[in-house]
Amino acid sequence: MIYPMLEVIGLVNRFGTQVVHNGLNMEVRADEVFGIVGGSGTGKSVLLRSILGLQRPQAGIIRIDGRDITKMTMSQLYEVKARYGVTFQQGALYSALTVLENVELPMIEHVEMAPEARDELAMLKIRLAGLPADAAKKYPSQLSGGMIKRAALARALALDPKLLFLDEPTSGLDPISASEFDELILYLQKELRLTVVMITHDLDTIFRTCNRVGVIVDHHMEVDTLEGIVNNPNPWIQSYFHGERARARLERHGT
Amino acid sequence: MKVATHHGVLQVRRSDRGLELELIGEWRTLRFSEIDAALAALDLGGARRVEISTARLEALDLSGAWRLREFIQTGRAAGVEIAFEGAPPDQLRLIDETLKGASPPCTQQHPRLHPGALQDLEEPAIRSLAFLGRHAVLYGRDLVRDLAFLGRMTTTAVWGLTSVKRLRPISIARHVYDTGITAMPIVALIAFLISVIVAYMSAQQLRNFGAVVFVVDLVTIGVLRELGVLLTSIIVAGRSGSAFAAEIGSMQLNEEVDALYATGVDPFEALVLPRVLGLVIALPLLTVLADIIGLTGGALLCRFLLDMPLTQYITRVQESIQPTTFWVGVMKAPVFAMLIAMAGCYRGMQVRDSSRELGRLTTLAVVQAIFLVIFADALFAVLFMELDI
Repeated sequence: MIYPMLEVIGLVNRFGTQVVHNGLNMEVRADEVFGIVGGSGTGKSVLLRSILGLQRPQAGIIRIDGRDITKMTMSQLYEVKARYGVTFQQGALYSALTVLENVELPMIEHVEMAPEARDELAMLKIRLAGLPADAAKKYPSQLSGGMIKRAALARALALDPKLLFLDEPTSGLDPISASEFDELILYLQKELRLTVVMITHDLDTIFRTCNRVGVIVDHHMEVDTLEGIVNNPNPWIQSYFHGERARARLERHGT
Repeated sequence: MKVATHHGVLQVRRSDRGLELELIGEWRTLRFSEIDAALAALDLGGARRVEISTARLEALDLSGAWRLREFIQTGRAAGVEIAFEGAPPDQLRLIDETLKGASPPCTQQHPRLHPGALQDLEEPAIRSLAFLGRHAVLYGRDLVRDLAFLGRMTTTAVWGLTSVKRLRPISIARHVYDTGITAMPIVALIAFLISVIVAYMSAQQLRNFGAVVFVVDLVTIGVLRELGVLLTSIIVAGRSGSAFAAEIGSMQLNEEVDALYATGVDPFEALVLPRVLGLVIALPLLTVLADIIGLTGGALLCRFLLDMPLTQYITRVQESIQPTTFWVGVMKAPVFAMLIAMAGCYRGMQVRDSSRELGRLTTLAVVQAIFLVIFADALFAVLFMELDI
């Protein structure tokens, strides 16, 4: 049986009496860009944390590349973690390390490699993320918001993952930087044949990059293609894609 | 024709025309060491021509491609003709494109010094002078900043006394709770143990002189005047001094302090003053607790170790202390509290940019707080001696 790149079946997450997910299903196929959308507090981050193995769900199966991570021991999970890259919303760069050291950290952790080779490979990733070479020696506090996002992306690419998770990749960026970042993601997705899963609120990003979209409503997920989801009858999805802010974009993208 | 396999990632065929390399399996980051070893061990053996086949290559990621590219470049530099059987992998083009991508090559940045200065610094005599000078200037600046903080603190305190709202009583209460109430168990335990140590040690020595009864004097005066307040302060410096520095420091990192400034709230008034006042209230109370527990511990030890009846112990305590003994200890507490709280808050406010700074300054806060407490205690000892208290 061929498994999809990422598969979530019947996920249940509860905190006390508060239900976050109740039987959430999603499936991400290889080489697609999958967008996760949802209102504030609907558990987008909880979903991501469950998929990343940062918290165990009450029930459900999460398969990454066909392997169920909810049943794994810590050491098995460690191996799986080398196969995907993650960028967090605020970048989560290690503030005491330079950008270069940030990118090298996963390599040091997982791969045996000569320091010179590591330096050059890390530089390659930094350039690939569209950062100038002199950014490598800088500390995160010396970077602009856009550069932090790019540095986080370079670190996520450090181990050449097949699967890339992006948490709000364009939040806090100006529209020009945000659309440049969209193009970068598309470029990398095409060149490196990445599977990208992104949480985003940015309608421009959704329309520009995503092949399919999953919307979290009522503790489960509605998954469809971009055209399909826009025409979904659910009132929340309707107001999300047809609200004041969305209408102008829909016209522009001609969807 | 000879065939050799290297590390399961590379198969080499030697023929008259040259080498044929066949890349096998997954050339991925996680197998980088094998790929690296295989290519490094490969002996071109004077071959003029190398042909690379990728037919059996299952996966090639950027790290694998980068290592292959290195190999090709070294080979070509040595004058070997290297060609691919079929089209070269796409990843090589991507790396070429990325590395060409306009931006200049990475250069190590050196601090800018003019050449003469750099040479001078090599001289040992000059270097030590430079070291001395630099540190003198740094300490000078530090001192000015210390004084500025003290001044700012004082004006905020005076300003704060003008109204109850500015004093933030709820915040102060929270800090009294955090630094005082929650510290009670550990302070009590330490005070008890210290009185046991003093009593036990002095009992052994005084027994030689048949003056066991003076154990009571030693415990009472020792705990009340010095040990109670000093040890309490040191524990509190470790507990709360570090907490202050870490709390305010991480607020600095989250730009919460800047947010306070921007909202028009003075961080000194909102963060520093409540902590200082809270600790000034809590530490004397903790000291009283330490005194009580210390004396109780002494009593228990005298009762069970020296077989001294409790009534005799109490009489002896009353004889040995003067009216001032208790107050000499307790009045030092607010001063120590100020020193601890200000060292913590001051270092916390200095945190900038990175989590490493936070760790460094938190450590510094605790070390300085403890140093200042002991130093101040020494000054008090001299002062009280002169005043004959």
